[in-house]
Amino acid sequence: MQLHDVWFVLIAVLWIGYFFLEGFDFGIGILTKPLARNTAERRVLINTIGPVWDGNEVWLLTAGGATFAAFPDWYATLFSGFYIPLLIILVCLIVRGVAFEYRAKRDGARWQRNWEEAIFWTSLLPAFLWGVAFANIVRGVDIDAQKNYVGTFWDLLNPYALLGGLVTLSLFTFHGAVFAALKTVGGIRDRARATALRVGVVSAVLALAFLCWTQADNGNGRSLAALVIAVLALVGALAANQLGREGWAFILSGATIVAAVAMLFLALFPNVMPSTLNEGWSLTVSNAASSPYTLKLMTIVAAVFTPLVLLYQGWTYWVFRKRIGVQHIPGHDPAAALDQA
Amino acid sequence: MELAIAHETIARWQFGITTVYHFLFVPLTISLAAIVAGLETAWVRTNKEKYFHATKFWGKLFLINIAMGVVTGIVQEFQFGMNWSDYSRFVGDVFGAPLAMEALIAFFFESTFIGLWIFGWDKLPKKLHCACMWMVALGTVLSAYFILAANSWMQHPVGYSIDPATGKAQLTDIAKVLFQNTTLTVVAHTLTAAFLTGAAFMVGIASFHLWKAKRRPESADPKKTAVMRTSLRLGLVLAVVFGAGTALSGDSLAKVMFEQQPMKMAAAEALWDTQSPAPFSIFAVGDVSKGHNSVELEIPGILSFLAHSDFNSSVPGINDTAAAEAAKFGGDPKDYIPSIFVTYWGFRLMIGFGMTSFVAGLIGLWTTRRKKFLHPEFRTGETEVPRLMLTPRRELGPFLTKWSWRIGILTMGFPLIANSFGWIFTEMGRQPWAVFGLMTTASAVSPNVGVGTQIGALTTFTLLYAILAVVEVRLLVKYAKAGPVVTEQPPAKDPSLRGPSSDDDADKPLAFAY
Repeated sequence: MQLHDVWFVLIAVLWIGYFFLEGFDFGIGILTKPLARNTAERRVLINTIGPVWDGNEVWLLTAGGATFAAFPDWYATLFSGFYIPLLIILVCLIVRGVAFEYRAKRDGARWQRNWEEAIFWTSLLPAFLWGVAFANIVRGVDIDAQKNYVGTFWDLLNPYALLGGLVTLSLFTFHGAVFAALKTVGGIRDRARATALRVGVVSAVLALAFLCWTQADNGNGRSLAALVIAVLALVGALAANQLGREGWAFILSGATIVAAVAMLFLALFPNVMPSTLNEGWSLTVSNAASSPYTLKLMTIVAAVFTPLVLLYQGWTYWVFRKRIGVQHIPGHDPAAALDQA
Repeated sequence: MELAIAHETIARWQFGITTVYHFLFVPLTISLAAIVAGLETAWVRTNKEKYFHATKFWGKLFLINIAMGVVTGIVQEFQFGMNWSDYSRFVGDVFGAPLAMEALIAFFFESTFIGLWIFGWDKLPKKLHCACMWMVALGTVLSAYFILAANSWMQHPVGYSIDPATGKAQLTDIAKVLFQNTTLTVVAHTLTAAFLTGAAFMVGIASFHLWKAKRRPESADPKKTAVMRTSLRLGLVLAVVFGAGTALSGDSLAKVMFEQQPMKMAAAEALWDTQSPAPFSIFAVGDVSKGHNSVELEIPGILSFLAHSDFNSSVPGINDTAAAEAAKFGGDPKDYIPSIFVTYWGFRLMIGFGMTSFVAGLIGLWTTRRKKFLHPEFRTGETEVPRLMLTPRRELGPFLTKWSWRIGILTMGFPLIANSFGWIFTEMGRQPWAVFGLMTTASAVSPNVGVGTQIGALTTFTLLYAILAVVEVRLLVKYAKAGPVVTEQPPAKDPSLRGPSSDDDADKPLAFAY
């Protein structure tokens, strides 16, 4: 295995980590609308990810930064090519971060409603658009001899990519519902499980279709194995959810995301961004990579710091392991909540 | 050709707007993280209530601020690829490394430990909670270090070679990138300026509260006054220490720049012709087309001293430097002259506003000095507003007192202005280069992104940032005006990592919730 192959794996790991972690916090953001019945319940949901969403998002920044360092051409082609979807994602992530921090900083009902509305939309849009982006990466786009994307924004919205978007949207929502069931107490916990079942079935159908389509067009033996694991994990997650084994359900919904994203990367390898215009113009792990010196340096940095990050981020989850219910929301009056419901 | 120019111009405007905006929050984040950590340490060690309230109060303002710093930082990480793809392809091998290190080492630190700090008041033992804020502070400093190393490489590329096959820059020595003198002096200058910014922020808000308490003693809360008095003194001390540090590191940085980018420094002084000794310009109106100034006022010899610590040394002027660059890289000398108006005035505004906050700190430190330096009649207690004393027995008159407090409040904004102009100066002064001597800004832009798309993005960010600025400033004003919540009490017993000890605790509301 050459260094640029190692870095392909590391980039895949960073994206997988990002989708595993921000997957459920996008899901929580989306579920603030259908799952929560009143302000207190919305706050319960938001506070399940309160201490951790920011750390989750850094996985994206690290994936971006690592791509820049290890595969400059991949970074340049992807970010300049998928300009408009990325712009929308950026705007969403900006508003979303501010929404979490500022929502409770003023008392007005309108102020809080606006930020809650923002949390919903800014979680939903990136959850959808990341799927669109990754489906397009695997499918291939119009890349010219200078490694520049020459298609339009509308070319990115092809049926395969839109299906990919629906898959990430539904999978993240499922993952979020399972997480909500794991992290809450009271009525919202039971409803989270019921929602998880409904969303889970939908995402199973969508994911199966999308992954089979991927396998048919770009698959290989390894990607098929990942596909099978993803489907089994999703079925397992649904079963665990039904049996009330919330911890297992979360591990398995996470495993679904890990396997599904891994499958996309396995189908992609050794390309990093295939060209649909001319196979020779495709970006590959070798023609898009940095020099061996940089790759070696970054390998050392990653080998030292990634375990450290996992350690202290894991510790954060342990510190905030307690389930949250409406009774834990400060200034919350249970009687008033009943009236609102 | 005209379209190509527009292309680069829009991308530059977007970079300028988003970066200057981002950097309004960054220095405050860096300094307030350490200041809050310091205040919390004082509380943990002394158990004095005023430190607890000060930690909570400045911590809240810090959080409102860091939220904006974090989200606007995401754009920074992405826009190199979006708008500057040719730049990214050319430098990624070198420039990407510190950026990735920043994310992996610094961003994870900041974001994870800030979550623990915000939500951990009732979950973590005091000492551990306090340590979390120190980790955040460490993260902010590391983040600054890595990104400044990346920027320094654009100012003065080192530790690389050009791959003959691809024509791209390749990293050959990371130690040179991380530890070259450009990086070290820029880090020193930026960090000291960041702490000056935080110090001035404290001075401003504390002045507001103390001046209000002075005018309406009947409605003043002695506990709040105690917090603000401590904050004011701390802010003043930091303003003086880091104001001096900013000046000294700025001087070192200028010497480095005189050597590495003579054009930037000549432009900073609007020094058209090489002079020995060279004067320091106080005021000038440059005429680019004629290659000299139409009006000027200067002090002889000072620029020579700034450049080389020697009053008689020769300092190369704009015309000679441009001719030298044109001879080396080809083209017309005029192409190598940055905007003299922007660099000249940017440099002056940076120094002017930065040093004004330093002087304000000095005056404030003197007039509010410790009581042992004052006649007993004028001494004030810990919970009282200090009298502004000129000599041990002489207080400033009502007019000067009023204006001293008012200037104290205004001081808050000065370093923010200085920081912005400092960056505008140093980035504009490097033009036409994106990477000095290696790549021009015009050739760095994404060739495949249409002008319409770029205008859309520029408009989107500008509008979004403007709206968020209004939201954030109103929130900051609200919480800054409200002052510390002195009724709030620290957790009765030190929280244990094992979690609640009894079932009664299990349903206790969260100490902090979104």
